[in-house]
Amino acid sequence: MKGMYAVYRKEMSHYFVSPVAYIIVAVFLILTAYFFNRLLVLIIQEAFQASFEEGQFGGGAAFDVPSLVMRNFFGVLSTLLLFLTPMLTMSVYAEDRRRGTMELLMTSPVTDLEIVLGKFFASLTLLVIMLLPTAIGFAYMLRHAEPAAPWRILGSEYLGVLLLGGALLALGSFFSSVTESQLIAAVLSFGAILLLWVLDFGSQAGSTALSSALEYVSVFRHYDDFTRGVIDTSNVIFYLSFIFLGVFLTVRSVDSMRWRRA
Amino acid sequence: MIEVKDLTKSFGDRTAVDHVSFVVNRGEILGFLGPNGAGKTTTMRILTGFLPATSGTAQVAGFDVFNDSLEVRKRIGYLPENPPLYLDMTVAAYLDFVARIKNVPAEKRQARVEDAMEKTNITDKRHELIKRLSRGYKQRVGLAQALVHDPEVIILDEPTVGLDPKQIIEVRHLIKGLAGSHTIILSTHILPEVSMTCDRVVIINRGHIAAIDTPANLTQQLKGGQNVLLEVGADQNAASAAVREIPGVRKVTAESAGGNGRVALMVETSPGQDVRSQIAARIVGKGWPLYELRGVNLSLEEIFLELTTDDSEHAAATSN
Repeated sequence: MKGMYAVYRKEMSHYFVSPVAYIIVAVFLILTAYFFNRLLVLIIQEAFQASFEEGQFGGGAAFDVPSLVMRNFFGVLSTLLLFLTPMLTMSVYAEDRRRGTMELLMTSPVTDLEIVLGKFFASLTLLVIMLLPTAIGFAYMLRHAEPAAPWRILGSEYLGVLLLGGALLALGSFFSSVTESQLIAAVLSFGAILLLWVLDFGSQAGSTALSSALEYVSVFRHYDDFTRGVIDTSNVIFYLSFIFLGVFLTVRSVDSMRWRRA
Repeated sequence: MIEVKDLTKSFGDRTAVDHVSFVVNRGEILGFLGPNGAGKTTTMRILTGFLPATSGTAQVAGFDVFNDSLEVRKRIGYLPENPPLYLDMTVAAYLDFVARIKNVPAEKRQARVEDAMEKTNITDKRHELIKRLSRGYKQRVGLAQALVHDPEVIILDEPTVGLDPKQIIEVRHLIKGLAGSHTIILSTHILPEVSMTCDRVVIINRGHIAAIDTPANLTQQLKGGQNVLLEVGADQNAASAAVREIPGVRKVTAESAGGNGRVALMVETSPGQDVRSQIAARIVGKGWPLYELRGVNLSLEEIFLELTTDDSEHAAATSN
């Protein structure tokens, strides 16, 4: 596992010596800050209006502002991930293949699995680094919430994002390993993620065996429960097996480079 | 140290390496010589575990390159044709990374990196980003990368490409200095490089081994005998006819008619025959003035051409 750590370290330094990581993180934070701000303002306005109407006409549902903000925010976040993860993973293998550094890795005493895991954990770490600053806004909101706000929901939401992000990164890494071109890698993983997203749409219409199967495969479907603060083991297992499959396919793909004409 | 037996590698219906066998002894420098596309790089890639062979076996330090790939990779330093560099890293950070993936223990890492930089003369560039270095420096960083874990076997694919003449000499000295404690295979299509650095040469062409020997033996014995260059003050045809009668002379060709009644002849002799004294006697006997008589060793270049080109091509090339 020393080899894995060496690859991990190299990938992390690679992200941060080039401007790529800074730009992706900056764009991500600007967008999330904007969404957070808008959602918070809109939902508070709505809550005021509701309580005003409640005072006038009586009745009406209680407004749980923090939960609503979080649910909406993490809904938007999953869409952002759809666009951003292909950019995080597109160069992971494609660049190594193009530059010939794959030859260095593959003739060094590290296994293919160590290479793949090192790279995967590095991209996952970058995702965590991206997500951490978003917690500041929530921490502020939850501290000032009346009545006391459910921290537990926030934890489940971050777990959901991490699992969803991990699955998308594993998928993107695989597509990066099949080509020398970053662009092709990005287009392939973006297309695949989009497809997994739309699979969900059709399934809402009917309830045949096929549609429920498609519904199960849809990556974003399993994410909804997390945004409601529900940690369902079956969802956790779904994402973990998705990640496992992605890592496995990438290892096979790296191994197959040896058998193809280099 | 390295044992290759009947190694074959096919890409689809093209055979890049065809039943190649050779042995490299510990501490030896073996040169791979051949035109581009001869199968040098493919053979090296199989030895480093980057490509699997189609058939045949290769062993490095007693480990099979396919079945014990990791053990072999621990013992090999490899410089591919294009140095595998991370352009966004500094020289020192890059070498540190390579030392890490090559399993250099933490306490030795710093010293090994320093040593590799010193040997390849790049210590003053340690904090430079690799992408800012010139072609020659990049090549040297690639070389340092192959040395950083002090491997038993070093495999260098065209190590002097892109270097200027002074750097080429430095790298050759470096490679010679590494021999003895390291076993080295290097490939090149530059002939003087082989005769200067290598203990033995494998001439490879179209995936086949054309010859394996020391550079000296290849030069002297393979083609047999030497050629004799002769400058005589006589008519070209008469002189040629006279020399051709001498036993042991295979072929006489006119090199140039020097004007003022002199002619230069190139005399090819049969293997193992020294006919210089007979030629001299014959010329003097005819009463012609003899201006020059000297033996010419076949250059490695000519042997190389002889071995790697078809007879028809060769004839065409020499008749020009």
